[in-house]
This record gives sequence, C-alpha cells and structure tokens, in this order.
Amino acid sequence: MNMDTGSGTGTRLQFITFRTGEQEFGADIMTIREIRGWTQTTPLPHAPQHVRGVINLRGVVLPVVDLRARLGRGQTEASSKHVIIVVQCAERTMGLLVDAVSDILTVSSSEIQPPPELASDGGSSFATGIAVLDDRMVTILDMAALSKSLVESAATDSLAA
Amino acid sequence: MDPMEAIKQTYFQECEELLLAMEEGLISMESGEADSETINAVFRAVHSIKGGGGAFGFERLVTFSHAFETVLDLIRSGQLHTDPEAVKLLLRAGDMLADFVAAARSGSSAEIDDHEVLAALSRLAGEDGEEETGVDNFEDLGFVPMQISIDEPEIGVAAPPEPSWQIHFRPHPALYAKGNEPYLLLRELCSLGHAQVTADLSAVPLLNELDPEGAYLAWDIVLTGAIERPQIEDVFDFVIGSCDLEISERIEAPDTIDAFVAQDEPPPILPVEADPLTESAAVIAAAAAPDTHPAEKREAANSETAVKPTIRVDLDKVDRLVNLVGELVITQAMVAVSVNDAGMARSTPLGNGLVELEQLLRELQEGVMAIRTQPVKSVFQRMPRLVRELAAQTGKEVRLVLAGEGTEVDKTVIERLGEPLTHMLRNAIDHGLETPEERVAAGKPREGVVTLTAEHRGGRIVIEVTDDGRGINRERVRAKAIEKGLIAPNAALSDEDIDNLIFLPGFSTASQVSNISGRGVGMDVVRRNIVDLGGRIVISSLPGKGSRFVLTLPLTLAVLDGMVVAVGDQTFVLPLSHVIESFRPKPEDVQLFGTGRRLLRVRNTYVPLVAICDLLHVDGGERDPTKGVVILVECDGAGTLALAIDTILGQRQVVIKSFEGNYQHVDGIAAATILGDGRVALILDVDGLVSLCREDISSSRQSQIQKIGAAA
Repeated sequence: MNMDTGSGTGTRLQFITFRTGEQEFGADIMTIREIRGWTQTTPLPHAPQHVRGVINLRGVVLPVVDLRARLGRGQTEASSKHVIIVVQCAERTMGLLVDAVSDILTVSSSEIQPPPELASDGGSSFATGIAVLDDRMVTILDMAALSKSLVESAATDSLAA
Repeated sequence: MDPMEAIKQTYFQECEELLLAMEEGLISMESGEADSETINAVFRAVHSIKGGGGAFGFERLVTFSHAFETVLDLIRSGQLHTDPEAVKLLLRAGDMLADFVAAARSGSSAEIDDHEVLAALSRLAGEDGEEETGVDNFEDLGFVPMQISIDEPEIGVAAPPEPSWQIHFRPHPALYAKGNEPYLLLRELCSLGHAQVTADLSAVPLLNELDPEGAYLAWDIVLTGAIERPQIEDVFDFVIGSCDLEISERIEAPDTIDAFVAQDEPPPILPVEADPLTESAAVIAAAAAPDTHPAEKREAANSETAVKPTIRVDLDKVDRLVNLVGELVITQAMVAVSVNDAGMARSTPLGNGLVELEQLLRELQEGVMAIRTQPVKSVFQRMPRLVRELAAQTGKEVRLVLAGEGTEVDKTVIERLGEPLTHMLRNAIDHGLETPEERVAAGKPREGVVTLTAEHRGGRIVIEVTDDGRGINRERVRAKAIEKGLIAPNAALSDEDIDNLIFLPGFSTASQVSNISGRGVGMDVVRRNIVDLGGRIVISSLPGKGSRFVLTLPLTLAVLDGMVVAVGDQTFVLPLSHVIESFRPKPEDVQLFGTGRRLLRVRNTYVPLVAICDLLHVDGGERDPTKGVVILVECDGAGTLALAIDTILGQRQVVIKSFEGNYQHVDGIAAATILGDGRVALILDVDGLVSLCREDISSSRQSQIQKIGAAA
C-alpha cells in the first residue's frame, strides 16, 4: 500500500516503514535491497549484543543487526514471522532484523520534522527526522550512519526512545 | 573511456609483454645463448615500443629507444660485434627503457637521466658504423640494399621455389590521424625479408583537389623469405583497422629474384650453419633475417614457448565465472544433502545422476580455477633486474638462477608474491652474500649465487630462495633478540628457533641501516604477507654456507581444504594445512598450568590446550577434552596448539567467503563458508586463535560479550 500524504512542498521522498519494539521507523527506499524472512544466523564471536551473526544471501555472507537490541531494548525473539531487511549503503551490505515491514511511504521533505534533541546518550545519531502522519509517528533512520556504526565495536549504544 | 585512452592502455599492456621479451632476449645474449632470432626479437620489441611511443608523443621515450634500436639494428645486421661490456650496456639500456615506459604510463614528469647511456650507445653505434665499407645508410631508402658478391658462382643456380608474399597496403586517413608512419611500417616489413616496394600513386589527385588530411598513397610490396603470415600481420598490428591490407602468398621462381644477400662474414651471433655458400639457394634475406636452419633450430628449441593462440579476457569476467562455479558446488552439495535426507537410495537414477553431477562439477571447478592460474614466470621475470641493481648497489657479484618458472599459480597469489620475494632477494644479497673479497678469502668463488625455484608439491606451491652466502649469524641474532627484550636472556632455544627470530617485528641485526634493508621492517613484513596469503615460511641456514627460505603457498585463495568440526551447536572449519593430527586424549595427559590454563601432553612435549567453546564463547561445547576430540594444529611462530572440539564432521573443500567487507575483522576467524545445508560456517584463523589465547579476558569484558548460541 502506497501512502502519499499529498500535502506539503519540497522533494518527494520514499521510505519503507517497518516496526520493531512498538516503534515505527522509515528508511530511504534507495538503500533497501530486499526483504527476507528470518533465517538462523551463524553467530560471530566477540560481537556486540545487537549483531546476531551472519547469514547466507545467495552466496554473500551478510551480518545481521537486531534493531531492537540496537535501540537498547533487548533482543528480538526471532521467529519465522520476523523479517530481515537487506540494506546496502556505501559499499557495505547488511541485514536489519525487525518485527514486520509496514508499507511504502511517500513524503515531501517539508513534512519531515527534525528529531528532538535529547541530551543524554547522543544516540539520536541515527534518526534524521520524524514524519508525522495522522496518528502515526515514523522515525526516519539514517542507514549510512547505522551501517557505519556496525563497524565500531561499541558494546552498547542506544537510540533515544 | 575515449578511444585514444583505450588504445593507450592496450599499448602499455603490450609494452609490458615487449619489455619482457626484450629482457629475455638480452639475458640470452648475456649468457651467450642468443641466436639471430633472439637479436631480432629484441630489436622488434624495442622498435614496437618506439613506434607506439611516437604515436602518443612520448618524445623522450622515442629518442631513447631510437638510439637503443640503432645499436640493436647494427648488431643484428652483423655490423656490430658484441662483447660482454656491450651486452651489459644493452641490459642497462633495457632497464632504462622500462623506466621510460613506466614514467610515460604513470604520467610522471620525473627526469630520467639517460644522457650517459645515450652517449655510450652512440659511441657503440658510431665506432662500428664507420668500419663498414660500402653500406649505404639505408634509412633513406624504403628497402634494404643487397650486397652482391661476385665471387660465388653457385649463387643463382637452380633453387627451389621461394615462399614469397604479395602485400598491398593502403592506409586510410585515420591511420595518419593516429600518428602512424607508413615509412616505419614498410621498414619493419623490409626487415623481415627481402622486399621490393613499389608505391602506388594512382589515387593521388591534383593539387587543388588534395585534402591535406587525406590518404592517397598505397604500396605494393613483394616480400620474400622464410616468413610466416603472422609475422607480416604483426607489423601492421597497430594500424589494422585503419588501412586496407591484403596479404597473399605467391610462389616465385628463383630467377625472378633480383638480388640477394651474401654476407662478407657471418656475424658472430648467427649460428655456424648460416654459411651463405651452402644456404644461398634457400636464403634471400636482409642481413639478419633467419634462414631455414636457424628457423628449424628455433622451432626445435622453442617448441615449449611456441606461440599458442590466446585471448585477452577481463579479469572481472573470469572472477564472475569462478564465483558462479563456487555457487554451483555449494548448491550441488545442498541438493545432495536434501536427497540424502529424503531417504533416497544411492543406486536410483536420481542418486546416480547426482554422483555424475558431482564429478562433472569437480571437473568444471578445476577447469575454471585453471583459467586463473598463470606461470610464476611473470613474477620471476622481474627478479633479474632487481638482482642486477642490488648487485651494483652493494658492489657484490651475484648470479641469479631461476627454475620452475612454468609452475602455475592462481593470479591472486601471483600478484601478492612479488613483494615478499623482492624482500627476500634483498635480504639474501644485502645480508646473506659476502663481498667478493670476503668470499675469495673464505675460499668461495667471487660470484655469489642466489637461487629462486618454484614447484608444485602436495597440492601447494613451494618456492625456495637460497643463497650461498654467510648464513645466519646465530650469536648476533640471539644477542639482538635479548637486547630488544624479545626473548629472555637464559631462554633455551634450538638453532631453528634462533633462525626464526628474524621474523619478529622490529628485528634487524644490520649494524648499519643501508639503503636497501636493515630498517628492521623486512622479514616480519614478509612473513605477514605470506601468512595473509594462507602460506607458511620457514628458514634454515648453515653458517658460512648459506641460507634457505622455503615458502609454501596455497594454489588458490578462493578455495580451502578444511576439516569441518562441531563445537556446541556451531560448525567451524579448520584449514587442513595447519592440522597435524587429531585424537582423543587420555585424562592423565591433561595437566593444569598456572591460572586456569591447561596443557596437553603429546608424546614427549607439553602443548597448550584450549577449548574452542571457551575461546569463542560457544554455548554447550564440550569442555572436557577427554570426552571430545583434540586437534593438534601448527601455527607460524607460535609452535603447536591443541584445540578441543566436540566432534569431527568431515573433511571438504570449501569456498572461501569473506565477510570483512560487510562487517569487520573478527579475531580468530579468517573467513566464512557456506555448507551443504545453506548455513554459514566460520573458518578459523589458527594464528588468530593463538593471539586470543594470550589475551587476558577481564571479567568486565566477559560480561559484555554475548554468549554465542544464547539468542540465536
């Protein structure tokens, strides 16, 4: 279902929205390669909590990040109903484990509000904005930053809820 | 890429090959094995480089190669006799030419000081040129003039029909636009044999209709001699698309041949058989063209280097093919597993079909891997020049002996072999070999010998670098290691251990840091490079007699022979090249050591024992080695290690998949692979595991690290 909010000016951007841990997020559609069902990961030693391991994507070995854990909300109890979103950003491909994918959102850039400044952990570094639609609040994530932070071996990091 | 760029790239690729051919030829000349064809080949190589260089406006390159070519021309026409000094000069000139090409290729404007070599070349050319009597400067003419000797009456008597070619060459305007010069092409043609060139002016219009950028001239050439069609086509290699070219064979009766050559004296380079008297009937040639005898000799001698048709392929295409085949192998394994699980008997048509499929795939994989293999020759070829330079720099006399250049290795390995080999040769010449005086004093020949060999052994490639120098000074090495705190002063080390100390970082016993080596970054970098390639390096040495480095490398980086093991609910792969043996230990062989460490008794030594489940935090693994299996592995620089795992699942060849591009390096893990059931299995990095062992895991870190298997 393609939701076009219609109003507003500025460039129109498309996002794929998905849910995890009672929150709804959006990611630039251009960074999304594909969406897969959950498959068992092969764990990586010494990996931080949110890196669930690696999976085989048609011959490519892909690391999978648990978004819920990345937000500091504990690990997802993954089942076949969960979804891995394959994201490609700047030469790096990774998988993002989420609860479910919602829909495709088309929003004009003027409708995206800047994310609220929260003093604490500075973890809002992944959120580039908030889109408010009717009764929904969609947090737009910066996939490039998320992908980059995968490399930094932080033990814990969290997005302000 | 604009067409000019593409042509330039092709030119530089060809220059690489030409420079190699030139160097090979010059080396044969140096060792006295050259024949007339060799000289010709060297001349043609330099000539072609010059020609292309002129097209792209590399002026200094052209000037230099012209001087070089002039001397080579004199040599091949017999007007210049070469002595060892001259050949040395030619080698230097060859090196310099390579420098010019490299500078042109990289667009660097660094000045190459060639005036000394140029002066020497022109001296060589000038002197001998004057001694010649009655040979016109044939640069002005379109063909080579023949010398007729009236002393040999046999000449002209019934000769067998001569192979000859009729060539029609009409350039298009594009040919001139690209800077090609028909005169040079014609001259090259003439050098192949006896040529009669006639210009075809039929298309030249009146002056007022003439387009200065047009092309109106054509040439008809009758070329006689023992020449193959490809040789003629080679001449027109650069211009093949921008001209009309017709080459047809014709049989000539001998008496229509206008002139022929008899040489005043056989040039020293031509083999003795080229006696003009007996060969005259069959020989009509310009000064240095091969006559039938050398042609046969050449064929016999060079049958192994006979030109086989080849094609140039983009490496990307080959890589894709290799990947696809790797996937095929994995998928086939998955199918086999599924069929097995479905309970199908092996003797059914399906089962048989699968077995055949497996065979065919294996062959396919080998075939595709073979496409990527190249002879190590391409790496070895660079070494003679390096050795020459090092010898000159250090003032030592060195002879390099190469063997096994035809040994084939995967391209990925070859590319990374150059650096470590260079380091080792530097080491051998700078440190290993003594100065000529020292050698004579020690009763050795003045000239030191460095040997570089390659061969296949046991599914790997083994490369040895040997020198007959002074060997490793064990006392110095030991003292230096103690000084740097690398070993304890009273450590008991075997000779072999001491030798291997030189691989430690920052190690160097050179009392002076020379330009070449001694900065202490040599051998450990070499070891690192080799290990990264999945190989091993070992040194052995005899004081006063010399040293030997032995490198073993896998044949390919894409595939690995591995032992598949289970730890907890995880599957890992251990590179077979590091595995010594596996067994179930007895309780009495397991000893505690220090705090929480364990040792395993293996025959008469104690080896550190480590459980993979502990090291990599795998849940549910068997910690008691007496209930599982211990695998003894060997790692470079750290001796032997005993790894405790649950069970051995089997042994197979796995396709290596790197994940470091998408994630990052993980200590203890080299890469990943995909098993028959589609799951990812991690390939262990034995040396990495050793480093992990050594780290003290603090309790705080321990609590932060995820337990493997807990949430998956």
